[in-house]
Amino acid sequence: MSAITLKVNGTTHTLDLDPSTPLLYALSDDLALRGPKFGCGLGQCGACTVILEGRAIRSCITPVEAVSGSEITTLEGLGAIEKPHPIQQAFIDEQAAQCGFCVNAVIMTAKAFLDKNPKATDEQIHRAMSGVLCRCFTHTRMLRAIKRYAQEAAR
Amino acid sequence: MSNRTSNAANGMALTPDARAALKRAGFSRRDFLKQSGALIVGFSVLGLGVGLDTAEAQVFQGVTAGTPPLNQVDSWIAISADGGVTAYTGKEELGQGIVTAQTQLVAEELCVPFDRVKLIYCDTAYTPDEGYTSGSQSHPMNFNHANLAQAAATARETLVKLGSDHLGAPAEQLMAADGAISLKNDPSKKVSYGELLGGKKFSLIVDKNAKRKPASEWTVLGTPVHRPDIPALVTGQFEFVHNVRVPGMLHGQVVRPPVVGATVISVDESSVKNLPGVVKVVVKKNFVGVVTQRPWQAIQAAAQLKVKWTPGSGLPNQGDFYEHVRKQKPTRDTLLVDSKDVEQQLSAAATVVKATYHYPYQMHGSMGSSCAVADIQGEKGTIWSATQGVWYTRGTTAMVLGLKPENLRVIFTRGSGCYGLNGADTITYDAALLSQAVGKPVRVQFTRKDEMAWGESYGNAFVMDERGGLDAQGNISAWDYECWVPALGTRPGRNTPGNVITGFLVGFEPEEFNPRTPAPDPTRYSNNTNGMPSYIAGCIGETCGGNGKVKSERSLTHNVVSPFWTGPLRSPQRVQNTFAHESFMDELAAKAKADPVEYRLRHLSDPRLIAVVQSTAKAANWDTRPSPKPRARKTGIATGRGISCVNYEGNNGYSAMMAEVEVNQETGKVAVKRIIVSVDCGPISNPDGLKNQTEGGALQGMSRALGEEVTWDAQQITSIDWTSYHTLPLGFDVPKVEVELINRPDERATGSGELAITLVASAIGNAIFDATGARVREVPFTPERVKAALSQV
Repeated sequence: MSAITLKVNGTTHTLDLDPSTPLLYALSDDLALRGPKFGCGLGQCGACTVILEGRAIRSCITPVEAVSGSEITTLEGLGAIEKPHPIQQAFIDEQAAQCGFCVNAVIMTAKAFLDKNPKATDEQIHRAMSGVLCRCFTHTRMLRAIKRYAQEAAR
Repeated sequence: MSNRTSNAANGMALTPDARAALKRAGFSRRDFLKQSGALIVGFSVLGLGVGLDTAEAQVFQGVTAGTPPLNQVDSWIAISADGGVTAYTGKEELGQGIVTAQTQLVAEELCVPFDRVKLIYCDTAYTPDEGYTSGSQSHPMNFNHANLAQAAATARETLVKLGSDHLGAPAEQLMAADGAISLKNDPSKKVSYGELLGGKKFSLIVDKNAKRKPASEWTVLGTPVHRPDIPALVTGQFEFVHNVRVPGMLHGQVVRPPVVGATVISVDESSVKNLPGVVKVVVKKNFVGVVTQRPWQAIQAAAQLKVKWTPGSGLPNQGDFYEHVRKQKPTRDTLLVDSKDVEQQLSAAATVVKATYHYPYQMHGSMGSSCAVADIQGEKGTIWSATQGVWYTRGTTAMVLGLKPENLRVIFTRGSGCYGLNGADTITYDAALLSQAVGKPVRVQFTRKDEMAWGESYGNAFVMDERGGLDAQGNISAWDYECWVPALGTRPGRNTPGNVITGFLVGFEPEEFNPRTPAPDPTRYSNNTNGMPSYIAGCIGETCGGNGKVKSERSLTHNVVSPFWTGPLRSPQRVQNTFAHESFMDELAAKAKADPVEYRLRHLSDPRLIAVVQSTAKAANWDTRPSPKPRARKTGIATGRGISCVNYEGNNGYSAMMAEVEVNQETGKVAVKRIIVSVDCGPISNPDGLKNQTEGGALQGMSRALGEEVTWDAQQITSIDWTSYHTLPLGFDVPKVEVELINRPDERATGSGELAITLVASAIGNAIFDATGARVREVPFTPERVKAALSQV
């Protein structure tokens, strides 16, 4: 165990952790965050996605020691129920969820991508999302919500 | 940050009033109902309609003997002195939108705004037992003339009667609106529900004759109300079962057998002694697990624990598995229909067409692996589970633990997806066993491999033989169907925990296999499994319940024992049977050189099934001609369209689908470009929710048709993650999906969530045939199989 400093959603936390612990466990168990989720533990589905210094990363395969001190944003860090981030609002407007377990993967991956590529074409968006899974297959609505946000953000 | 403070911070906790009310009630709704007042739970300020939050639920110490009586209004509806409406239901939210629709239903029948209704679902301390939330049964059970709908209608009529006494006016001069009874001709003379009831119970039997509000008067039902849970989902505030945190909670992992059929010889507890945080190694027959302080420690300890297992039982070769299934003995045979003249009619037919279809085992493959939290202390316990049936899970978990069911409380808490019997039930037993062993709350979540190889109960593989006779005009004169279905276990039901993996590992047996050959003659018509095609008359004696015209008919199912655990997977058996029937109907149409839509209509008699086919054809601007497409090129990309239709379960919803595909004839890759699906489920409760379900069903069906297949080697399952089990990701391959809704306000409400998925494999297969002339008869339609079919053209 050693002291690990995590900067999450603007707050700095010092946690006593095995340095090899995947970041996901620190977020969901030590910090009680509900956004990032365990889906596969293999970096294959995206459920655990967080944004690290502007990049979408998979926290289930990222050891905490590798991100100590870096800025981490989770789904909670984007907006709240009372004041959702525009990409979250786009998902509400499009009713783009079924069970909702994958929503974290979809929103965080899309957000990180569109921040860097605000003028992305539909094809580029599809490519950016092609490593994300949703087993309720809410694909059409989610892609619509992402494009809606992209268009609104570009305005 | 503790969970409790995070709850409070995001508003998920109970209001102080509600907490006080619950404490007064001793946390037992049934006890409370014995007193004079109705239990009003003023929780859920977010309007999430979720149950009590974690921190509250865990203090439950009460005893609930069984379900609140289903014939009592108070089991379903409570109205507080301030006019708030609390409704209780046994049908839960899995992501299919049924909680929103049920809230609409109660608001509609009680004439109150949507957000004045709080719906509590699937918690054995509070809610009526309506069995499993499954099988497209929620809409028919709760939206017709029984259960929730009828209780709400009874409550409204009662309020009108009370209003009549209070206002001194006859009931026919009164109306109910916005939570009050008023005079129709002078709405200023009114009295609120809260005043009328004064917070008391209804103390009434549900009146079978209470009048439902006619659809023509609906203002809440039938409208696309937004789901109240979505804001919390998209902002990371929603509490899944994965997020349940109980004070003092420990973490468990299971250690499953390395190969199928292996049993425990010995467990070396010292092998994890050096690891930090290990609390206990738990062994019960062939169930092995570890409990640790922290979740990452549990994963490490489970990986390091040394267990000696016997060799496995070996598995049949996957390469010729379908032949193996066909030869299995003994079998349990069931005849759905048998006109006894099929052989004779086939002999007399101008043309006989035969085809065999294969469908693989498939997974629910929920995106988050299954998770449960149990707090078993001594004789009592509370369980947070994503089970589809809290009452069944309460009873069977009690059996697994050796406790009394009335001492357990099971609280449904949403899991990841569902789609049927994923790992939710089995992991509930895992969590309960580990918690009981340490006397502390334990959370368990499967690894991806445990979920896929040792957690879930797969959808059944099927082997299906079709034979059809055509007369000289090309009309179908006889239809014969025979299928072989390997099965092992199923839902645990009331008393069979051995039907899922963990129950079996601790020593319970799965449902007994009872061989039966030959099958007895059917005594009543039921197409519950869609084992009969839509085009037969379905006659049992003098009664014909089918949707079609073919009178010479037989449908015979052989159940055999499966080497793998199986259970319901979205549209269980219906997907497989319909794949064969609707593909074969296309083969018959092609043999008759008839257009596939026209040929279907020619053989159908049910007007609603005909209507969905016509709706889809119209939306698709269907080009009437036989398949395959004339003058199709034999190289490069070929395009085609296919049609498929079903009356789900013979009486539970109508749907027809058109798929357009592009087939790359060099690689065999199939790209689906467009799907049009028409749906008729009677009166539409929430059109947007219905569309969402239908779109998801269409794409899930596409994923299953094109990529999904459980695989194994000589000893064990080899599809254990998302690189070995192929699901359709977001991105390039997503087709355009168009949904046509047919509203029938005066018909019975049917199911809808399993309509679209039932049609996809056949619609795509028929489109591949239309494009290329190649018939793919085995799911999934991998490039290799498509290429093989192309080489047969």
